[in-house]
Amino acid sequence: MSAPHDAVADSRTEDAAAPELSGVPLLEVKDLVKYFPVKSSGLLRRTIGQVQAVDGVSFTVDKGSSLGLVGESGCGKTTTGRVVTRLYDPTSGTIMFEGNEIGQLNRKQMMPYRRQIQLIFQDPYSSLNPRHTVGTIVGTPMQVHQTVPKNKMLTRVQELLETVGLNPEHYNRYPSEFSGGQRQRIGIARALALNPKLIVADEPVSALDVSIQAQVVNLLQDLQKQFDIAFLFIAHDLAIVRHFCPRIAVMYLGKIVEVGDRDSIYLTPHHPYTQALLSSAPDVRQAAIGGRRERIRLEGDVPSPVNPPSGCRFRTRCWKAQEICAQEEPPLLQIGGREVACHFAEPMQVVAATEGDIAAQVEDDDRAPKLEVG
Amino acid sequence: MFGYIVRRLVASVLVVVVISMIVFALFFLGPSNPAAVICNANGRCTPERQATLEHALGLDQSVIPQYGEFVKGVFVGRTISVGPGADYDCGAPCLGISFRSKLEITELLKDKYPATLSLAVVGGSLYLLIGSTLGILAAKYRGSATDRILVSSSLVFSSIPYYLVALLAWLFLYNEYRLFPETGYFAVTDNPVKWASGLLLPWLVLGFAQSPQYARFGRGSMVETLSEDFIRTASAKGLPRNKVLFKHGLRAAIVPIVTIFGLDMAFLLAGTVFTEEIFDIDGIGAWGLDGIRLLDFPVIAATVLVGAILVVVANLVVDIAYSFLDPRVRLA
Amino acid sequence: MTEVLEGTQQGAQARSSSDTEPFLVVEDLTVQFPTHDGLVQAVSDLSYSVGLGETLGIVGESGSGKSVSSMAVLGLHDEKRTRMTGSIRVGGKEVVGAGDHAMRKIRGNDAAMIFQDPLTALHPFYTIGAQIVEAYRLHNEGNKRTAKRRAVEMLDLVGIPQPDRRVDDFPHQFSGGMRQRAMIAMAMVNNPKLLIADEPTTALDVTVQAQILDLIQKMQKEFGSAVVMITHDLGVIAEIADEVLVMYGGRAVEKGSCKQILTHPEMPYTWGLLGSIADVTGDTSKPLVPIPGTPPSLLNPPTGCAFHPRCVHKDKVPDGRCNSELPELRPGIYANHLTRCHLPDPDAIYESEVKEVVM
Repeated sequence: MSAPHDAVADSRTEDAAAPELSGVPLLEVKDLVKYFPVKSSGLLRRTIGQVQAVDGVSFTVDKGSSLGLVGESGCGKTTTGRVVTRLYDPTSGTIMFEGNEIGQLNRKQMMPYRRQIQLIFQDPYSSLNPRHTVGTIVGTPMQVHQTVPKNKMLTRVQELLETVGLNPEHYNRYPSEFSGGQRQRIGIARALALNPKLIVADEPVSALDVSIQAQVVNLLQDLQKQFDIAFLFIAHDLAIVRHFCPRIAVMYLGKIVEVGDRDSIYLTPHHPYTQALLSSAPDVRQAAIGGRRERIRLEGDVPSPVNPPSGCRFRTRCWKAQEICAQEEPPLLQIGGREVACHFAEPMQVVAATEGDIAAQVEDDDRAPKLEVG
Repeated sequence: MFGYIVRRLVASVLVVVVISMIVFALFFLGPSNPAAVICNANGRCTPERQATLEHALGLDQSVIPQYGEFVKGVFVGRTISVGPGADYDCGAPCLGISFRSKLEITELLKDKYPATLSLAVVGGSLYLLIGSTLGILAAKYRGSATDRILVSSSLVFSSIPYYLVALLAWLFLYNEYRLFPETGYFAVTDNPVKWASGLLLPWLVLGFAQSPQYARFGRGSMVETLSEDFIRTASAKGLPRNKVLFKHGLRAAIVPIVTIFGLDMAFLLAGTVFTEEIFDIDGIGAWGLDGIRLLDFPVIAATVLVGAILVVVANLVVDIAYSFLDPRVRLA
Repeated sequence: MTEVLEGTQQGAQARSSSDTEPFLVVEDLTVQFPTHDGLVQAVSDLSYSVGLGETLGIVGESGSGKSVSSMAVLGLHDEKRTRMTGSIRVGGKEVVGAGDHAMRKIRGNDAAMIFQDPLTALHPFYTIGAQIVEAYRLHNEGNKRTAKRRAVEMLDLVGIPQPDRRVDDFPHQFSGGMRQRAMIAMAMVNNPKLLIADEPTTALDVTVQAQILDLIQKMQKEFGSAVVMITHDLGVIAEIADEVLVMYGGRAVEKGSCKQILTHPEMPYTWGLLGSIADVTGDTSKPLVPIPGTPPSLLNPPTGCAFHPRCVHKDKVPDGRCNSELPELRPGIYANHLTRCHLPDPDAIYESEVKEVVM
């Protein structure tokens, strides 16, 4: 295991030629906007609207740290990840990586940054080319960026396979010979190949079986500690995001509605959407100890991002909404350990923090299981 | 939808224009000289005679004026010299006159096209019907002996070259044993019975020879559809098996078959060369082949253009049909 | 509870006593698929029962046999490619070996099913209304207009706004949550007494998942149905199930009330599942405890206990019995709890070694 470490150290000394920037976050995204045009069906195919996938999102990720992006489908979390990795071009806003603006760089200028920002995909079945061997898949990034001489390629690939917990002798096999969890490890090895400083992980475990999810989450945490990698961790699973990320941003319809440290978000959420989201998350531990909680139930569906509601975008489903919510968009304001965008922000505890809390909540819950079948 | 069709039509016209240019360019940049062929065909060819012929055919002009003349003919008509002092007035749309028969191309097209149309429409429908029925049966009984026989025999049949099948059919079924009436084309408006009897053997040959392809394709499409979740839903509702297969399965499986058929049909309509040649049917396939053999340029240009227009139109028709078959497809 | 137990026993002796046995009874069900590579032993010796108004949660990972066994309840496996033994009785009617004709009367009428992905489970080319109408008219007299009215009623019941207008929409015009609602409307249109839900919320967002689980419970109350909820998500189980059946490698490995399974699990696989999941209230400084290895092959299942290659407690069983002898599904320490494990005192191990880690 020490060998890959050395390799990392080598490349880091290379990078260290650039002045060490202290106090500058690894990634700083400011007012990021990504619109996708909607074309008319007429003869000229004029642009008649915009899918406002990401609309003014700002956040930072510190070196070696993790920021979680949570939200439901269509909230813009995946688009945000893809813009950060420059798979999409931003419509406006800035993306600063180690203090350098990378949002407007062209393909060639982007090359050195691509090495440092890598992506892990959701689906381990479709994100690996079935006709390439594992060795080729993991080795290609190093070949493209010429970071490792040809004669040392195999050794490096085997090191990486070992790092992610695969048998290094299996470099000659094809993805179809591996299980889902192992394939995700291959994807992780590929992302690690260039010693990235930032990994954007887009739903890295949601396609895996429960018992395998934990293996992959633990692996990612180990790698983070070992190689000091920062993560932008995108997932819809609130529990996994909480487990992985000390800081979490909640997105709704292209905007961040609440961002803060783990405990602020989960124990005293201030935004009604965060509260509803947390309240909907099934809680095995609580159900095990006591009974089922009362839940906040949101009505209806997320509105269309082509035509989002005026003012606060959540107001159409919010039980607190007043006139002002339709007229004025609430800014992200600092309240305690979090920033929250709501005109009526106030704390509400929706998940129990301790067993005592749970017991208190459960007292009046008479819903004991009734069925007893032999 | 309307905007989409207009956009597609504009693109189609462009495609046809480009193809007509390419045909012109290829023909005139090519090594052979139609005037020489005609001249030599009549015996004693003198350089003067050949030059006269070249002038008469307009071949002494350069390519671009010739193309301009051709386009002008299509839209407003033109006057073509058919011999020293003899001019022919060719009204729009004029595709020229045949170098050989000295007849107007548009008239010839009108004359030849019904034969190809009859052959293609009935033959094509026949193979669509036979082929996809067999394919669906094979899918229904997937894995059974019926399925294996259907699949392997379709493989055997489709690996025999089509012209061989057609030739053997003509040789044995008509020429040797007279199991079928004499083949050939007779106008359906004159005598429908004769029309049908003259085309019976070519239809069947076309239908059977192409159907294995459709059987395999239909089977594949159906097998894929039957593994879809909504088929399981249909069964879980309590639908009888045949309804699951035909109402739910076939409805979805038919979409890709229609696509392929639309494009196939375009090729058939552009001339079934082998069928027409072998069964002595005077359609545009055989006509086009003659045109090539005799370097009769106006004939070649006309058949190629008709083919191009058919393919382009078939593509459009298939796309429009798609939007009716699949509600998820909105043409925009 | 005793009624239920008696019912099962009587059912085993005399099949006719369907008025006292639970609505769905599965006994010694074995489902195998012969393939080119060998025999896939998808489900082995599975028994359970669910009464009207009750919810059984079946939890397991991919390949555990949870979906295969439930598809068997509706006879949805291709007879030619499936070997099925044992007994499944839906409202007293035997399913195993029943002909297509008899099954058709059960499917969609006595028992209905909803699936994981409502987008692929609904036919893309027919309107929502047409698909519900079709389901209704299969089992009811009545013309198209009554059926359509019924479809609108059902859409209204499952909470589709403007049902009279949306009834003519195609599935792709619905959002994911609405599609699953429509799917539930279609399933419940004939008042089935059994609803099988196969991962009905896996493809949905959490807030929508919560809505759908509520809806299923509402429907269950409305129609008094028995519900079988198949899922890989213990969170969903915790939300909705009365009784839980844990499956692994095609077999039931643990069964008991929902609360018992979550608080006093007696089978190491269940411990592993509980340890693998992150929780919105858990301690984030502790790493998750994954189950090592990968799920077993159903072509070549492990000898003995199917879980033994991944089990960290197998050394506590003497003589290597775990890899030589298949444990019986035997009563656990707590009442009405069944577990398939050789460990002599699993609860003691759980309390002393496991609980700290998984909770």
